[in-house]
Amino acid sequence: MPKSLRFVLWSLVASVLGFAMLTHHSSAAGSREDFPAKLSQWKLIQRAGDRLAAAPSGVTYELATPLFTDYALKWRVLFIPNGQKAAYNPDRAFDLPVGTVIAKTFYYPVAPADHTGESTDVVKARASDYQDGVGGLRLAHVRLMETRLLVHRAGGWVALPYVWDEDQRDATLERVGDAIPLTMVDGAERKDFVYVVPNANDCANCHAPNFTTGEINHIEPIGIKARHLNRDFPGKFGTINQLTRLQRLGYLTGAPAAASAPRNVDWHDERLPVDARARSYLDINCSHCHSPVGAARTTGLWFDQGHEHGADWASPRRIGVCKQIVAGGHGGGGLPFDVAPGEPEKSILLYRLRSNVPGTMMPEIGRSLVHAEGIALVRSWIERMEGQCRLASEQ
Amino acid sequence: MKAGFVRGRAALLGSALMVAGLGSMGLAGPAWAAAPQADADGFVTDRAFEKHLQEQILDAKAGDVITIPAGKYRLSRGLGLTASGVTIKGAGKDQTVLSFAGMVAGPVGLLVTGNQFVVSDLTVQDTKGDGIKINGTKGVTFRNVRVRWTDPDNSTHGAYGIYPVGCTDVLIEDSEVFGSSDAGIYVGQSDNIIVRRNRAELNVAGIEIENSTNADVYENVATRNTGGILVFNMPNLPKPGHSTRIHNNVSEANNTPNFAAKGTAVSIVPKGTGMIVLANDDVEIFDNDIRNNDTMGIAIASDFSTDYKIEAGAPGEHDPYPDRVLIAGNRISGGGNAPDAERFPAAPVIRAAGQSTNVVWDGYTRAPGDDNGICLASGPDKLIRLDPKSPGKFAVIDGKSCDGFKRQPPVVIR
Repeated sequence: MPKSLRFVLWSLVASVLGFAMLTHHSSAAGSREDFPAKLSQWKLIQRAGDRLAAAPSGVTYELATPLFTDYALKWRVLFIPNGQKAAYNPDRAFDLPVGTVIAKTFYYPVAPADHTGESTDVVKARASDYQDGVGGLRLAHVRLMETRLLVHRAGGWVALPYVWDEDQRDATLERVGDAIPLTMVDGAERKDFVYVVPNANDCANCHAPNFTTGEINHIEPIGIKARHLNRDFPGKFGTINQLTRLQRLGYLTGAPAAASAPRNVDWHDERLPVDARARSYLDINCSHCHSPVGAARTTGLWFDQGHEHGADWASPRRIGVCKQIVAGGHGGGGLPFDVAPGEPEKSILLYRLRSNVPGTMMPEIGRSLVHAEGIALVRSWIERMEGQCRLASEQ
Repeated sequence: MKAGFVRGRAALLGSALMVAGLGSMGLAGPAWAAAPQADADGFVTDRAFEKHLQEQILDAKAGDVITIPAGKYRLSRGLGLTASGVTIKGAGKDQTVLSFAGMVAGPVGLLVTGNQFVVSDLTVQDTKGDGIKINGTKGVTFRNVRVRWTDPDNSTHGAYGIYPVGCTDVLIEDSEVFGSSDAGIYVGQSDNIIVRRNRAELNVAGIEIENSTNADVYENVATRNTGGILVFNMPNLPKPGHSTRIHNNVSEANNTPNFAAKGTAVSIVPKGTGMIVLANDDVEIFDNDIRNNDTMGIAIASDFSTDYKIEAGAPGEHDPYPDRVLIAGNRISGGGNAPDAERFPAAPVIRAAGQSTNVVWDGYTRAPGDDNGICLASGPDKLIRLDPKSPGKFAVIDGKSCDGFKRQPPVVIR
């Protein structure tokens, strides 16, 4: 069978099967309904030799700055049903059509001498060494952890965590999550940690963006926003802007030219201003809760970079400058301010990012390790910030 | 470490628990290979039980009652409920005990974002963070629930025991919280609240109503906390509070040294305080029994008595003054004998002058001569009004008729 025909057939099977799965059930997220037990049954992501390949309709994408998840790398693929379009929004997640599936596969590189899945030793690396946006995910020297599906059905989005089997051939739906011990190897340093797979309700911890509408458990994608996608990435049509690609593929409507769309920066990119890098980092790592409408709206500490919640999004107090602790418990570390300009050691923000103790660490879930490189960036951001905070008693 | 394909998930989970510091639980092998053994404290670690409970919570639909059988269980991760109209019910708070002492993920024991939620008849203990947190919902009931921390080192305890925040229609009754390092029963940024017949003991703050509106707090016992019952309004929060009634409670011997984390709102609470109104408005405190609190009975304070820096004219300006506070018919006795002079230096001065510290106001007003609508009704107590400009000076004000005080109706939850 010619390769192209095979792909067409695969695509057809995928869309029929996928559509059936999407429409057959209609109730709320994470329910007991018989979702496919195996990831392969979705016909969206499959082992193909030494690669993990996406069905042809899938668009691989990257975020400007990703969420830190214990140094796991993530391979993201967006599946929009044929003939349908997402509606652009400058601030919020795009309005994706029913039938859309987002697949995020978490994986770790392993040492070159280790074969896939054989070792619990994992190493730090850049995602670009393993995925190029075109040929899927290269699996030699990779340990697959989990693939999280976000599935848009008529009744809303559903989150489904699939944990990769020991033999790394397929992944199994584990709605209650999992806890997998690993060792992070960074040069001579070895650190044991527990990789925690969220359960289906944990997903709402980050993916439920609005606690003020009475529809708290209405979950949404986080990454499919203009500011996170507005960057170049290899794929169909070459290495081009991802918003442009989605438009050219016919999957996105209503978008302006990429140059005039909001844009977060790559937190790694040391050529860029520290402020932009740190704000991008805090946006993706914090603002799913820390926004005026999110789970942490009640803290008054908000890191969302979009403009949907008012024009004061850049005001110093909103991002914690000289803001005194209200309800942090021991999470405050005895420090006086969320962010104390020029004084990272007095800043609760840094203290909580540096912790890996539940109850103190931030984010509350999604990591067991501390992100040394991210902390260095936030420290540098606070160090360079102008101004000074004083307690009432210090005046 | 080479694990190899033969290494099963059971073994992996076993070592996950080891890594997490639970190695001392007597896990001889995979958790379900043999009947789970109780540890020295009588708790069992039962993966099958935990998975089943998680699945029940994931699968819950409106109208479901999730029943947790009697037993003492150690759970490895916090529970999260998102569905509305669900009840979680144990076999009694002495019978069904969920310990989160070894949790690897959380940090909350039970986190609920579904409306019309009821939790009853169980104990949640030793969470790393808060005990039971309800965020942003309409309709939540706690009934016959216990939350506690058991580590003798109380600096390790979580912040809030029973913790609805951003909720509407909150009922907390016949429950108890022990050992919170912040507030035992804490209602934050919520509206329409009843807190009744509960017990709060050995917390920094026994019961705290913060930045909330329309709260009725009655027939509770707050004892052996640092401060018994608090009504606070904090700056830099989206919702300001007002309208709270505190009546027919017992606030007794709240003399535990303050063990709150430095910098937190409750870290300023002097040990031995019966009740505090901080910068909140329209508060009625009546018919309570307030006894044997070593610093003072009732304190009325502005933000100027805290270390919070108040910026006049700042956007979303916070009102630093307590306004319209009624104190009437309380039976206050036996207090003020061993004041926390570090946190409230005026107390020993007042006592040395032969006055009681039963009712104390920090005296800050917008203009000289204002009374902020604070009314102490005629009775045995006098209002001690401190002079903010002259530390150590104060006025002793007799009670008066408060008939003109605009009273609030009882809170009704429909």
